[in-house]
Amino acid sequence: MGKLKKISGLLEKFMNLIFTVCGFVAVAFVLVITIFLVVSGTPAIGEIGLTDFLFGTKWASTAAEPSYGILPFILTSVYGTFGAILIGVPLGILCAVFLAKIAGKRTASVVSGAVSLMSGIPSVVYGLVGMIIIVPTVREVFGLPDGANLFSAILVLAVMILPSVISVSETAIRAVPREYEEASLALGATKTETIFKVTLPAAKSGILASVVLGIGRAIGEAMAVMMVAGNVANMPELFKSVRFLTTAVASEMSYSSGLQRQALFSVALVLFVFILGINLVLNLIVKKNRK
Amino acid sequence: MMKTTKIWSSMVMAAVLAMGTTTACGENSQKTVSTDGSTSMEKVIGYLSEAYMEKNSDVKVTYNPTGSGAGIQAVQEGRCDIGLASRNLKDEEKADLNETVVAIDGIAVIVNPENPVADLTVEQIAQVYIGEITNWQEVGGDDAPIVCIGREAASGTRDGFESITGTADNCKYAQELTSTGDVVQTVSSNPNAIGYASLASVSDKVQTISVEGVMPSDKTILSGDYKIQRNFVLVTKKNEELTGSAKDFFDFCMSSEADEYITKAGAVPIAK
Repeated sequence: MGKLKKISGLLEKFMNLIFTVCGFVAVAFVLVITIFLVVSGTPAIGEIGLTDFLFGTKWASTAAEPSYGILPFILTSVYGTFGAILIGVPLGILCAVFLAKIAGKRTASVVSGAVSLMSGIPSVVYGLVGMIIIVPTVREVFGLPDGANLFSAILVLAVMILPSVISVSETAIRAVPREYEEASLALGATKTETIFKVTLPAAKSGILASVVLGIGRAIGEAMAVMMVAGNVANMPELFKSVRFLTTAVASEMSYSSGLQRQALFSVALVLFVFILGINLVLNLIVKKNRK
Repeated sequence: MMKTTKIWSSMVMAAVLAMGTTTACGENSQKTVSTDGSTSMEKVIGYLSEAYMEKNSDVKVTYNPTGSGAGIQAVQEGRCDIGLASRNLKDEEKADLNETVVAIDGIAVIVNPENPVADLTVEQIAQVYIGEITNWQEVGGDDAPIVCIGREAASGTRDGFESITGTADNCKYAQELTSTGDVVQTVSSNPNAIGYASLASVSDKVQTISVEGVMPSDKTILSGDYKIQRNFVLVTKKNEELTGSAKDFFDFCMSSEADEYITKAGAVPIAK
């Protein structure tokens, strides 16, 4: 019996070690990725020059005289994300209100089932649907020669950020104490007034967190936008073919070489810095929320 | 509890055994044939080397996708056995290198099936892509803007198309897509679109147009009548004969046996 106990004690210690190692794996990955991106991304920036790189308006990586300006990509990513937020966030918040306050139990379970299914759909499927349905529709509705442009990408991104916006906002709205709403109703406010003047302001920081999460999702998306945005390195215009930071890396990486390849790592580094910033903001909001 | 220890120890045993076998495998010596060059030839050389390695399991054929220029340089400097170029050698390169055409690549120009335009000249195609012709009316079609669909900057097909039409770095694309399938899909869904793709990848969802009156086909590509084509070339040193497995692989590529694989890779085998 004593021997068995000893073995089980050893096993316990061993498993403890395994758990600890697994716990640090995530940290290790983040560290490795950060170090890798900084190490492989900075040489090209040094060679091209920081201002030429960040504010150059022309990207022609394979031309005889290559130029590596990524301002078009940065602006496209910023505009695209902003547009997606503009469309997706109101839609998502109202849907969250519906789920938390209006819908009956049964309807709510059907709708939230659909929402969680949406977040599970692979982005290439969003891209495919966008390419086959949204792009031709945008072309016909707006009478354009071609429908693959920033606007189509915004539409696809707006749909893609919905699940994160809805689920986080819904949790925030549900967390608002009942007493607030009851007090408002008792003072004679209608249900709609209560939702807009009491519930939503009270859930403000949670909703803000959902918006930041949506921004993170939109700016990091590559596959779906690659299929609908046209991928030409133009300065962004709503109805022009554009290239995002993510798609710039994805579309050229496979066959790139030399400075072009290094510059793509630098693009990835810029994207990484963006996402890092967004996550910092998200953490601040969540921390403030807890207090 | 006893059970758990048993399982653990058997897992460790299995791991040790597995490690033992992998090291044993690694000891087999292998002969290598190194190829270096054109990214457009990736598929052709991929099919050929796979077929060759299947028959000669002791030989490993490697491929380094660096681009035609770099491949030619690699042969000159003796860094690889066979260089791959998707263009013919220049005269100064021919001084110390041999070129052997292994296959021909035909690039089809495609439009939407609704488009009445059925024939363009190489010059017209070039003008369309650099933005000098922007309306289908100018080339005998409907009054509609032309939407130029192309491939991403690193694509071999784009490199081929632009170098044959003389539009390198000058094309004004409406879309740069990352696969042939995307190009075909986009052209099939936009009545104003024009695109280009490897002949073998073109489906009947789109209409292939003739260039200067010649439709692309294996026959017209071989005879040289179809203009938008280029040679896939194997480059070797002039004063240094290939030996051993490199020579064997070279001969395999040039044999009629290779035709099947070259066709599979979407290129046209040369007449033997």
